Amino acid sequence: MTKAFLDISHVDMSFTRNGVTNPVLRDINLSVESGEYISLIGHSGCGKSTVLNIVAGLLQATSGGVIVDGREVNAPGPDRALVFQNHSLLPWLTVYQNVEIAVDKIFRHGKTAAERREWILHNLEMVSMSHALDRLPSEISGGMKQRVGIARALAMEPKVLLLDEPFGALDALTRAHLQDEVMRIQSELRNTVMMITHDVDEAVLLSDRIVMMTNGPSATIGQILDIELPRPRDRLALADDPRYNHYRHEVLSFLYEKQRKVEDIGARRASVAAPQAQRA
Amino acid sequence: MNQTTSLARGPFAAGTDTPAWRVTAGRWGQFLMGRVLPPLIVIGALLALWEVLCSRPGAALPSPSQALRDTWELIADPFYDNGGNDVGMAWQILASLQRVAYGYSLAVVAGVSLGVLVGQSTWALRGLDPLFQVLRTVPPLAWLPISLAGFQDGNPSAIFVIFITAVWPIIINTSVGIRNIPEDYRNVARVIRLNGVEYFWKIMLPAAAPYIFSGLRIGVGLSWLAIVAAEMLIGGVGIGFFIWDAWNSSLISDIILALVCVGMVGFLLDRMVAWVGNRITRGTSAG
Repeated sequence: MTKAFLDISHVDMSFTRNGVTNPVLRDINLSVESGEYISLIGHSGCGKSTVLNIVAGLLQATSGGVIVDGREVNAPGPDRALVFQNHSLLPWLTVYQNVEIAVDKIFRHGKTAAERREWILHNLEMVSMSHALDRLPSEISGGMKQRVGIARALAMEPKVLLLDEPFGALDALTRAHLQDEVMRIQSELRNTVMMITHDVDEAVLLSDRIVMMTNGPSATIGQILDIELPRPRDRLALADDPRYNHYRHEVLSFLYEKQRKVEDIGARRASVAAPQAQRA
Repeated sequence: MNQTTSLARGPFAAGTDTPAWRVTAGRWGQFLMGRVLPPLIVIGALLALWEVLCSRPGAALPSPSQALRDTWELIADPFYDNGGNDVGMAWQILASLQRVAYGYSLAVVAGVSLGVLVGQSTWALRGLDPLFQVLRTVPPLAWLPISLAGFQDGNPSAIFVIFITAVWPIIINTSVGIRNIPEDYRNVARVIRLNGVEYFWKIMLPAAAPYIFSGLRIGVGLSWLAIVAAEMLIGGVGIGFFIWDAWNSSLISDIILALVCVGMVGFLLDRMVAWVGNRITRGTSAG
């Protein structure tokens, strides 16, 4: 067996609060090849963000470990650049400066000032944000902020690009547009990508493999689905493709039949009961 | 033909026959009517009421016109200097401002540093917070005797009172600002591996700046409040002692003039800090 580029092995994770230990993840094992696009999908609260944060190094696994390109992960670093769900741009810096702060730190010795500037502009060009270099985050739309977040992550030249529900906060049209751009960038750069999502269409459209997680507590990987659709993928053409619909159905049946969320019923009951309680 | 001329007048006048200058004049008119006129009317009415109440013979306080006549010499020449305490209003105020500048600068440096410490370290918070909470309720003037005992001199004591008055809101607001830095900003810093110094300058200070500046603004207001009271007790040149001196000489009109000056300078100080804060924290508060 060849050595994987990103290797998550026997990762367990539990959080202890007030003396009570909550197991979150149990025995997560995943090998990702270089250049692969992986999606993690599961119901909310199943610990998919925890997996991503462990790979990012922002959290330490209780046991087990992560190896990226032959090195064990024990702290965050630019080789595992993260795109946050809520963009996490620094609001006092302009679009350009938000990328600059990362590039200047990471390539301080690797590139000259002129090269760094060119590299920042190149990455903003790639996400089509060259027109707004001097705008503040508060002056641009949510989709644009997320583009800048992606540019900042790409500018770190990561070995693994980590996307934490990158399109979750966007409207459907902006989301589709940005997904297409991420596919285009991915086909150019051949990055290894690990993305968290709870959107089934997004997972099937973008991924080479979909990792489906069981419900917590003690969530683990339930099923891995290979998506063998040819690239480049076109969302319109795929809409009528039987293979696409088959994959979609596979994921949906995993999520809604095998891993049906029991809590949802309780939550619905509570929300039905709440207005009655108010009336009383 | 008609259309081209109206286009040439620019976007203001597009579609109407109003020339651009008139639109601009109209805006100024609106500004005057909306913003300048109401305070003028209210102030005028209050002055008139005061004038009526204090014009009758035997009134305890001078009327505004009387006060103006009595103090005209002081207003006309704010920069005279007859030596000793007998100097113009401008010198009195500048002397007070100088004390505030020293005390407030010390308070800014100490307040922000302590605030960062308390905001960053839970241990420091637990250790220092009870002390802060008790000390900050001590009234400014209650510090004066002990600082006179310590410094053996009026001027440093006044500066110390300014410092101790202004420092608490700066400490508390800074530490709240540091504690409220979103986890995401910390994570960004961790991913790009900023070291402690870089994190302080590039993330912590700008992220906490809105809080820090609201502390600075409260602090500058409090120090101006405290200096007038402190100067009444320590004497020398300064607007506080000027008021006390005027009272001892029964120059009520001088007191009124001094109060107006104190109010206006305090207002300007507040606006100045607010302005600097707005310039520095542009965009920070908006997500």
